[in-house]
Amino acid sequence: MKNKEPLILVVVVAFTLLTYWLVEPYAHSVLHKHVESENFAYADLKPLAKTGNAAAGKDLVMGAGACTGCHSIEKDGMPAAMDAVAAAASYGVNPPDLSNAGSIYDAKFLADVIVNPAHALKVEHKFDAAKGQMHPMAPFAGAGGDLEQEVADMVAYLQSIAVKPSEVTPKMAYENACGRCHALSYENWTQIGEKPAFKFEKDALAYDIKVLEYQEHLTKYMGKLPPDLSMYIRSRGEHFISTFIENPQAHLEGTAMPRVGVTADAAHKVIEHMADAGDTKRHERASVGKMVMIYAVIFAIFALLWKKQVWKNLH
Amino acid sequence: MGKAFGAVAGVGAVGSLVAMKKTWDPLPSVKAAGFTTLDMSIYPEGEVITEKWRGKPIFVLKKTAAMIAKQTEEQKARDVVVGDSHFMLAIGLCTHLGCIPAYIPAEESFLCACHGGMFNWAGEVTKVPPPRGFDIPPFKIDGMKVILGEAGPEYQKMKDSGVTL
Amino acid sequence: MAHFTKATSVKDWLNQRLAIETVERVMASEYWIPKNINFLWAMGMVLAITFALLLVSGIFLLMYYQPDVKDAFYSVNYTIMRDVDYGWLWRHIHGVAASVVFLIIYIHMFTGIYYGSYKKGREMIWISGMLLFVAFSAEAFTGYMLPWGQMSYWAGMVITNIFALGDLHLDGLVEWIRGDYVPAQAFLTRFFMLHVVLIPLAIIGLIGLHFAALRIPHVNNQDGEEIDFDAEAKKYLAGDTAGSKVIRFANDFMSKDMMVVGFFLIFFFYLVFFNYGFALDPVNFDPADGLKTPAHIYPEWYFLWSYEILRPFSVNIGLLAFGFAQVIFVLLPWLDRSPNAVPASRRGVFKIWFWVLLADMIVLTAMGKLPPEGIFSTIGLVAALGFILLWVALPFITMNEKKV
Repeated sequence: MKNKEPLILVVVVAFTLLTYWLVEPYAHSVLHKHVESENFAYADLKPLAKTGNAAAGKDLVMGAGACTGCHSIEKDGMPAAMDAVAAAASYGVNPPDLSNAGSIYDAKFLADVIVNPAHALKVEHKFDAAKGQMHPMAPFAGAGGDLEQEVADMVAYLQSIAVKPSEVTPKMAYENACGRCHALSYENWTQIGEKPAFKFEKDALAYDIKVLEYQEHLTKYMGKLPPDLSMYIRSRGEHFISTFIENPQAHLEGTAMPRVGVTADAAHKVIEHMADAGDTKRHERASVGKMVMIYAVIFAIFALLWKKQVWKNLH
Repeated sequence: MGKAFGAVAGVGAVGSLVAMKKTWDPLPSVKAAGFTTLDMSIYPEGEVITEKWRGKPIFVLKKTAAMIAKQTEEQKARDVVVGDSHFMLAIGLCTHLGCIPAYIPAEESFLCACHGGMFNWAGEVTKVPPPRGFDIPPFKIDGMKVILGEAGPEYQKMKDSGVTL
Repeated sequence: MAHFTKATSVKDWLNQRLAIETVERVMASEYWIPKNINFLWAMGMVLAITFALLLVSGIFLLMYYQPDVKDAFYSVNYTIMRDVDYGWLWRHIHGVAASVVFLIIYIHMFTGIYYGSYKKGREMIWISGMLLFVAFSAEAFTGYMLPWGQMSYWAGMVITNIFALGDLHLDGLVEWIRGDYVPAQAFLTRFFMLHVVLIPLAIIGLIGLHFAALRIPHVNNQDGEEIDFDAEAKKYLAGDTAGSKVIRFANDFMSKDMMVVGFFLIFFFYLVFFNYGFALDPVNFDPADGLKTPAHIYPEWYFLWSYEILRPFSVNIGLLAFGFAQVIFVLLPWLDRSPNAVPASRRGVFKIWFWVLLADMIVLTAMGKLPPEGIFSTIGLVAALGFILLWVALPFITMNEKKV
C-alpha cells in the first residue's frame, strides 16, 4: 500500500499556511496604512549652511535669543523659571530642558524649530500665524546679524554642552522627547517626572493632584490627553512607533502630536525604553525560547526513535 | 528506547517544574518593598509605637532614663542605640504562635491574648508559653535613621551572640 | 464481599483493590486500534496535550490575575508580564495554545468528515466532539474577556448584543447576561467564573464522554475497512503482530502519537517564543475604553468564518444564518444520507462537496477579517450563501450515492 502521509502532510500544511497568510500578513496589509521609514533624514528641512560658533551661540541662547526665559539648561546652571505645572499653565506643555537637546534632536530640526517652531514641529494646521494662532514658542527673528549664522551658533552651543550622543540613555531620550506629554506608568513616569515613593498617603495624593493639574493644561493644549505609552510596544509595534515619531502626520493627518525631531539614534533609544516598559522580558524570552526549541527537537528525535522501535514488529 | 524517551520527557517535566517554582516565589515588587526606614528622632519616651515592616508590626519603645538605669546586662544587649537614645526595637509578634501582644503601660509589659504569654519592656519573656524574647528585625543604623530589612553590624552582633534568632 | 488475601507486592495490593491490571488491559494494552491509520489520527492526543498546556499555564495565570475592571489589565500586563518570574511564559503558552487548539480541532473535525467517522455507530463521537467545539468556543471567548483590553471589551459588547436577537429586541436578556448595561465589573467577574470553573468542568466531562463514545464503535481507519477486532486481536496476541490489522493503544499507537506530538511541540514552541502576534492581538494591549471603538475590530481567526456568515446580511437574516452555521455541523450524521463510511476520495460528488466546503470556509475566514467593503463584501456574501447552499444540498448529494 502506498504511503499517503507525505501527501496528507502537504495538504494540511498548505491549507494552514494559506489561512494564516490570509488572516495575518495579507489582512493586516489591507487594514493598516503602510508608512515607509525615511531613516530620520528630515529631507524637508534645510541643512545648516554655516559652521556654528559655540561661544557666540551661548551668548545668543542666554541673551538675545531669550531661550532661557522658558527653557531651563540645568547643565549650564540655568534652572527652570517655574515648576512643571505652572509652565504647563502658561505654555500648554512644560518646555524641555535644553541640556542634552544637542544630542537628542537632529541639528537641522533644532535650527528650524528656533526660527519657525510650527513648521519644524509640523503643527502648522494648528498654529497658523496668519490666523493669529501663535505657537507658544516664539520664533527667533535674529539678533541683528546673519540669521543663518546665529542659528548655527545656537545649535553649536547646544551640541557643545550635551552629553555625547552615545551617552544618551534610553530613559533620557524618552523623558526629554516624549515624557512631558506621555506618561509611562509601568516605569513609574508621570508627565511631571518620576513619581517618588512617599511614606504618607497624603503626600502621594498631593503629587497625584499636581499630575492631574498638569494633565488638565496638557489636555486643553493638545485637544485630548496624550496616552500612556506603557504597552505601546505591544499594541503598536516597533515599525509603527518609529515611523510615527518620524512624522506623525504621515500616519494620522491632522493629529496634534508634533514631530519631535529626534535623531535616528535617539528614536531607537526611545523605542528601547518603551520596550523596557512594555516588553520587559523580551531578552529572557529569546534565550529561554532558544533552549526550549533545542529541547523540543531532542524530544521529537527520541519520540521518533521510540516509534520506529515499537513499530518494527508491526510491519 | 521507550525508557530513553521517557527520560527525555522527564527532563522536560523537571525543567518546567523549575519555572513553576519560580512563578510561585515572592514577586520582585514584594521583595523590593521589604525595606522600611524609620526616623528615630520622632519617638516619645516610654511609649510603645507600632510601625509596619514586611506586613508585620514592629514595636518601637524609646526607653526612659529610669528604664536605662535599671537595665541588666542581658537587657542592655538587646538595646538599639541611635544617637544617645536607647530603643527596644522588636517584631511585635509573640514568639509562641504569632499573635500580637498588647502593651500594658501600668505594668510596663506586654500580654499576649492568645495563650497568656508575657514580655517585659525590654522584650524578654516573663511568662510562658513563648520560648524566647521578641525577635529583633534585621536593622541598619544610618545617622538618626534605622533601615529595617538590612543587616547592619549592630544587628549582626546580636544575631551572632544569640540575642535574637 | 470480595475476598482479599495478604498482598505479595505493592502492585498486588493495588490490584486487589483497584484491579489495575484489568484497567491497564482495557485502557491500554488491549485497547485495539486499527493499524491502517495516518498521522491525522494523532490529533486527539495533540489536543489532549494542548489542553494540558492550557490547564497548567492557566493555573499559574490564575495565581496573579485580578478579575477587577480597574486592575485586570494591569495584573496581566504588568504583574504577570513583568513582575512574576516566567509569568510571560505562561501567558504566551496560554494565548498561543488557545489559538492553536482550534487549528487542531479544525484538522480533527475535517479528518472526521473526510473519512466518514461520524457514521455507523460513531454518531456519539461526532456529537460529543461538536459539543466540545462549542465548549472550547465558549472557553476561548470568556478567556478573551479577561485581559480587559480594547478587543476584550468590544468583543464582549458585540457578542453579548447578538443575544438581543435582532428585531426581537431582547435587551433585557443582554443586560441579564452582562449584569449591567454595558460590559462592566459584574460581566468581568461572571465571565471569569465561567472561564476558570464552569466551562473547564464541562470540557473535562465532555472529554470523558468523547473518549467513552469511541470505545464501542472503535476508532475508524483510513480505508473505511470494517475490521473484526476480536479476530485481529487474537491474531496479534498469538504473535502475528505484523499480520494483524490492529495494534495496541499502548505502546503501539501511543508511540506514534508521541512522535506526532514531538513534531507538534516544535511548531508550538516556535509560535510561543517567536511568532505569537496572531494569537495575542496587538489591539488588546490597549486598555478597555468604553467610549472608543478600535478602528478595526474582528474576532480571533477561528471565529471568523461564522462571523462572516453573520455580516453580509441584514440583522435578522444574518442572525438566522449565524444560528444555522452554529448547529448545522452537529446534524452532519443525519444530513449525510449515504450508507458509505469510507474516505471522501471514493465517494464521488461528496468528495467535491468536501473540498468546496473547506475552501469556502477558508474564504469566509479571510473575508471575516478583511474590512467589509467593496469586493470583500461581495466575496463574503457569495461565500456565506455558498456555505448555506452546500449544507442544504448535502442530503441530495449523498442520497443517490452508490454503495461501495
